[in-house]
Amino acid sequence: MGSGFVTLFIVSLIIFAAIAVLPGDFAKVALGRSATPETVANFQRSLGLDRPVTERYVSWIGGALKGDLGLSFSSGSGTPRTVNGIIGPRLKNTLFLAALAALISVPVALLFGIIAAIRRNSWLDRSLNALTLVGISFPEFFVAYVLMLLLAVKLPIFYSLARITPGMGVVEIAERLALPVATLCFGIIAHMMRMTRAAIINLLSSPYIEMAKLKGTAPWIIILRHALPNAWAPISAVIAFNLAYLIVGVVVVEVVFVYPGIGQAMVDAVRSRDIPVVQGCALIFATAYILLNLLADVIAIATNPRLAHPR
Amino acid sequence: MISKPHDTAARHTGEVLLDIRDLVVEVDNSGAWQPIVKGISLSLRRGEVLGLIGESGAGKSTLGLAALGFTRPGCRIARGSVSFNGIDLLRESEAARRQIRGTRIAYVAQSAATSFNPAHRIIDQTIECAMRLGGLTRQQAIAQAKALYAEMQLPNPNEIGDRYPHQVSGGQLQRAMTAMAMICKPDLIVFDEPTTALDVTTQVEVLASVRRIVTDHHTAALYITHDLAVVAQLAHRIMVLRHGELVEEAETGRMLADPREAYTRSLWTVRNLEKPEEAPTQPILKVSHVDAHYGDFKVLEDICLDLPRGRTLAVVGESGSGKSTLARVIAGLLPATSGTISLNGAALASSLKQRAAGQLRGIQMIYQSADAALNPRHTVMDLVGRPVTLHTGLKGHACARRVVELLEMVELSEHHITSFPSELSGGQKQRVSIARAIAADPEVFICDEITSGLDQLVQEQILKLMLNLQKELDKTYMFITHDIATVNAIADNVVVMQRGRIVQQGPKHELLSSPTHPYTKALLAAVPQMDPHWLDGVLNDSTARLRRQEALRQSALV
Repeated sequence: MGSGFVTLFIVSLIIFAAIAVLPGDFAKVALGRSATPETVANFQRSLGLDRPVTERYVSWIGGALKGDLGLSFSSGSGTPRTVNGIIGPRLKNTLFLAALAALISVPVALLFGIIAAIRRNSWLDRSLNALTLVGISFPEFFVAYVLMLLLAVKLPIFYSLARITPGMGVVEIAERLALPVATLCFGIIAHMMRMTRAAIINLLSSPYIEMAKLKGTAPWIIILRHALPNAWAPISAVIAFNLAYLIVGVVVVEVVFVYPGIGQAMVDAVRSRDIPVVQGCALIFATAYILLNLLADVIAIATNPRLAHPR
Repeated sequence: MISKPHDTAARHTGEVLLDIRDLVVEVDNSGAWQPIVKGISLSLRRGEVLGLIGESGAGKSTLGLAALGFTRPGCRIARGSVSFNGIDLLRESEAARRQIRGTRIAYVAQSAATSFNPAHRIIDQTIECAMRLGGLTRQQAIAQAKALYAEMQLPNPNEIGDRYPHQVSGGQLQRAMTAMAMICKPDLIVFDEPTTALDVTTQVEVLASVRRIVTDHHTAALYITHDLAVVAQLAHRIMVLRHGELVEEAETGRMLADPREAYTRSLWTVRNLEKPEEAPTQPILKVSHVDAHYGDFKVLEDICLDLPRGRTLAVVGESGSGKSTLARVIAGLLPATSGTISLNGAALASSLKQRAAGQLRGIQMIYQSADAALNPRHTVMDLVGRPVTLHTGLKGHACARRVVELLEMVELSEHHITSFPSELSGGQKQRVSIARAIAADPEVFICDEITSGLDQLVQEQILKLMLNLQKELDKTYMFITHDIATVNAIADNVVVMQRGRIVQQGPKHELLSSPTHPYTKALLAAVPQMDPHWLDGVLNDSTARLRRQEALRQSALV
């Protein structure tokens, strides 16, 4: 738990330092080539960019701790735009997409992984393996465009653009998001399924599995009752890793399907050198990553009887 | 008191329960099938106990598993038949075999610690089979399990099942596993070395429990072991196996009194190696008032002992008594928290890092598991050559010559120099470990259970080698062991440890012939003897019974 906070603190330092040393100046970009040094300096003062780095970091991280990520550089003089206001709805969209993908991919991956482990070396296992290897191998944008071509252009079942508006019904949202969700699932199911299979098979040479066989236990009970409970630690680690990826690594998918998520927001902010938004996005990504991995550790501890039930 | 089941009538007239005919089991050796059981036949009547004995690689476990119609992955039954109660297990479907396994034929594995699933409570594993195949309700099954725990004399039979496997001791787990095997009241139990991983004092408890339950329930058993003295306590009949073939088969009494085959006789004589005690000499290593801790937990308390030059000091005690910890403290791997250790009169720093190179060279360790101690990716030349270069500075041809010399000292030959550990047998690997220790030319060898992972014949060879080396090189040994026969074979002086303290020490003959401390007495009494009535004697012995009650009380407190 403590290590999570320490990691987050170090990550925040790195984010801040990395952006501080990056070339590119928001003031110069915003004011254009013709701006005089005086106007640039004035503008920088109004954004607080003239203050020392340490002071800027302290005020930024202080605000972040209270849930306030500061003001965007795109704020006008009379119309302040908060970073929270820019990121908030985008984050909600990303989390929604991630949750949909997770709801489908995690059960499917576990199911396929367990089935592959039970029927290992059968044709079913082999074809699942081959299929998932293909899934891992293709880059996401490729899968996205192929799906788009097949299911939106050739056979117009789904939408190629994933634009959702607040008033839409559940069915409509599902239709609109079908392709991005499918693209995301394609890659992570493969990863999670293969790890589940490997984690279970890894245990099948254990003496307690042989003992279970010698007690006349059926193969599927051996997998579910005797192997799976001991495999949760590696499985939960890989699931956490993939869920974090759903939040952190969806930029490509969001761009391809023009989905208004946090990845797009970050790309836009980088383009306009809107540093507070970039920092805010990076911090949220880091937090999501660390929280999910922490959760995986908690599951690993809770499912280890040696730790959960000390002598 | 329970006596050995000599109900000969039942054994001769009882119907045949298990009948194995011309069984050939093969193992897949990278594409080629090699036989590991070569046409063995055996038959077992209801209520009869048959002992299977032999070294590792004799095919005893494979044969035991075949009695359940089971082969390990990578093995196959090539020929023969296994008929149980008239059913040919090899012709039945896997589903039909599953119906029989656990209910009619049960199995007790060697290492209960790894054969219990760490994720489930003991009770759930005990009753699993009874509920699924035995048709009992959960309540009935639990009641029966508790009754069996009590029968196996487990402490707190009503609560012990609620614990997880890691929460009880090895001896208790082994008894719980026997209870698990009994839960469906099977006709036959296959015991695969159930006491090999246990201390002698615990072994007595488990043996007694196993024998009582097998006799009371009139269960037939195949009892697999490499320890003849153990099987003599249980079996009506003994089969000696070697290299997958039957060497000799006879009634227990006849087998012990009059073994016919040379190989069988060699198994008998192995345990009779005895080193004559030699005159005491000046101590080379002195340990005085040493304490050591793991964190806040005191593991060694006030250890005082001397190692006389050119002699062997045996350190005995059961697991957890602090024997190996003492070795680590002397070697400097675990710094002592107080007390002094001196080598050749010069005090040794408690920590390894502060010791001089000469002092480090002076003490070398040889470990129990050569498999773990030898890097599998290094050849023998690398393994032995490195300490040669490190301690003598020899390189190239000179170093290779020295390695060959060392290999010859440990009775290996020049052509082993390019071998990897995986290409060597267990005994050869241990010889490489010994050569590696000699390479440093130390004054003191600390040998931590170096023979306990080996077959008895190989053990004897290694012990003889160590004795010869001691005579030739005038080296000093500290020999850690739990085995009294090993003590007899090699020691001049003995230290007995219990719970981190030395409870008794002295010259070997004095200590073995007149143990004064009750723990030493219990330890000596627990060593199985080649007498079929030894177990009865131990169980009737009042001191042993007191010791058992004390042990039970303690385990109840844990």
